Amino acid sequence: MSSTATPVAQSAPEPASAGIESAPETPEVRAAGPAPAGETAPAGTVGSGSVGRKAATDYADYRLVPARHPWRWVGTAVVAVGVAGIAWSLATNPRWEWGVVAQWFTAQSIVNGLLETLKLTAISGALGFILGFILALMRLSASPLLVSVSWTFSWIFRSTPLLVQMLLWYNLGYLYEKITLGLPFTDVRFFEAQTTTLISQFAAAVLGLTLNQAAYSAEIIRGGILSVDQGQLEAATALGIPAWRRSTRIVLPQAMRAILPTAFNEVIGLVKGTSIVYVLAYSELFYTVQVIYNRTQQVLPLLLVATLWYVVITSVLSVFQYYIERHYSKGAVRTLPLTPLQKARKFLAVHTPAARESNQERGTR
Amino acid sequence: MSTALRTTTQTPSAAAATDAVTTRGLVEITKVRKSFGAAEVLKGITLTVEPGGVAVIVGPSGSGKSTLLRTINHLEKVDAGFIAIDGTLVGYAVRGRRLHELREKEILKQRTEIGMVFQNFNLFPHLTALENVTEAPIVAPRAGKPRLSKAEARDRGLELLDRVGLKDRAGAYPRQLSGGQQQRVAIARALALDPKILLFDEPTSALDPELVNEVLDVIRGLAKSGTTLIIVTHEMGFARDVADTVVFMDQGQIVEQGTPQEIFTNPREVRTRSFFSKVIEPAFNI
Repeated sequence: MSSTATPVAQSAPEPASAGIESAPETPEVRAAGPAPAGETAPAGTVGSGSVGRKAATDYADYRLVPARHPWRWVGTAVVAVGVAGIAWSLATNPRWEWGVVAQWFTAQSIVNGLLETLKLTAISGALGFILGFILALMRLSASPLLVSVSWTFSWIFRSTPLLVQMLLWYNLGYLYEKITLGLPFTDVRFFEAQTTTLISQFAAAVLGLTLNQAAYSAEIIRGGILSVDQGQLEAATALGIPAWRRSTRIVLPQAMRAILPTAFNEVIGLVKGTSIVYVLAYSELFYTVQVIYNRTQQVLPLLLVATLWYVVITSVLSVFQYYIERHYSKGAVRTLPLTPLQKARKFLAVHTPAARESNQERGTR
Repeated sequence: MSTALRTTTQTPSAAAATDAVTTRGLVEITKVRKSFGAAEVLKGITLTVEPGGVAVIVGPSGSGKSTLLRTINHLEKVDAGFIAIDGTLVGYAVRGRRLHELREKEILKQRTEIGMVFQNFNLFPHLTALENVTEAPIVAPRAGKPRLSKAEARDRGLELLDRVGLKDRAGAYPRQLSGGQQQRVAIARALALDPKILLFDEPTSALDPELVNEVLDVIRGLAKSGTTLIIVTHEMGFARDVADTVVFMDQGQIVEQGTPQEIFTNPREVRTRSFFSKVIEPAFNI
């Protein structure tokens, strides 16, 4: 409350001149301003410009009326009508076939597909970011070879359509019949296998998604690292902190603030991006839905089922994102913003009738 | 000249809180050159700072003061010449007739003997004041000393924060502190490894005028502790007060050096005189 009271208090000594259009009861608002400060501070500190004028009245008993924002209310009303219209049409148009949606939403085959989607996302997301981190470090290293290999990797995988990558990995057996691991240019072989047995649908999907993800996340992580002030590294170096610790303890936690929003964008993109593996006939959520609606011809409701699940996953991820970002913002802001839960508690503490009464007794708002 | 002065003033009581009473921290800079691209910023600097001495480097901006400071703890590699601390080369090992560039780990060990305080504080914003101070003692490899445990580092950190008058703000993040408080935390952080030498790179330049003195007072206290101090500053009154050697640099060279008395009241060189005539009036009002 003091934050709103202070500017009012400072302008209090002059006669009412500003803010008339925004608040009809302006004199009362302005008059009430000095109340919080006036009780403890002497009148001189409230307005140093009041020297020579008559002494300020004590406004401690005046009621404080907050400023009104009529246009904000108009805007809110317009948007509310729009939202209500959309909700109404969603609920009442029979062609959405909500009954069919409900029937399939938790069907065993759909849940299986959902689990496959989650599995693909988790594995290729994790591997992609690990590889991306390594690529980012390579790109920032002093070795020209590492830099150019990392650059080329990102260049190739960001240039190739994901669909092409996916089909290419799945058909690797056509290009190379066998995969062998051994010493180059010698006959020493540690491992040898038929490509087609190694590259299953799952392996092709993970490979394609991971490598693609790595190319993008490398740039995100590099950008985050570059955003950290050079002075931080210098200070850590001057203190004799070892290189690995400098990265993990000093640079990365600060880089995370820049990395996280974009990284979550990527992960959320990946959740839906996994639907591209339908070209491999891999039975994740989207492919499963396609198979079902090809059989039942209930195309729209089944697409809705898939969409709703994607919405659920994205929502859960967004909650994680909020709390992880909050964790990494410690020290970057003077006071941490309240979590939604804390906000709700604060709102209840102020706005329930019981709380209001007790606040008025104490003379605060 | 300053050795004699130091040893006489170095009464045990003045250095009570530290174990840096031993007269270590001899800094010898010999014919150091450094270029950034085509611009040569250090043109053959030779300077000796005695153990426990307080050298203040003054001069116009762009004269190479900060670069010189940064070469001492090897944040900048020199192009030519060498720097030795207590007779040991910084950044190189002597083997036979060859100088071997030290590996990162060895250089880190050397750096732990040299504390540095930056113009912009460079506190770690995501760590509390106490964590800023305790980080290095816990993880930095130190020459001849063990790393501190977390509990030891915490005690030592609180002691140091107390020394700069900020024990009650130990849990605050840097952004919750004023500029002067941040710089005092940075000084505590630099002290945490018991360095032989402390480098100050314009420690008060980023501060509001009314916050300058709280930082200068802390540095004044350190000047009596027996640690070698090398300070780049524009606070002439402070320089006269605390220095036993004042070094005037201009265009990458040392123009003149001597006691504050000699440099401030009787400068021999024209360049020194013209520089002081521009800056000394406002600075003495402190």
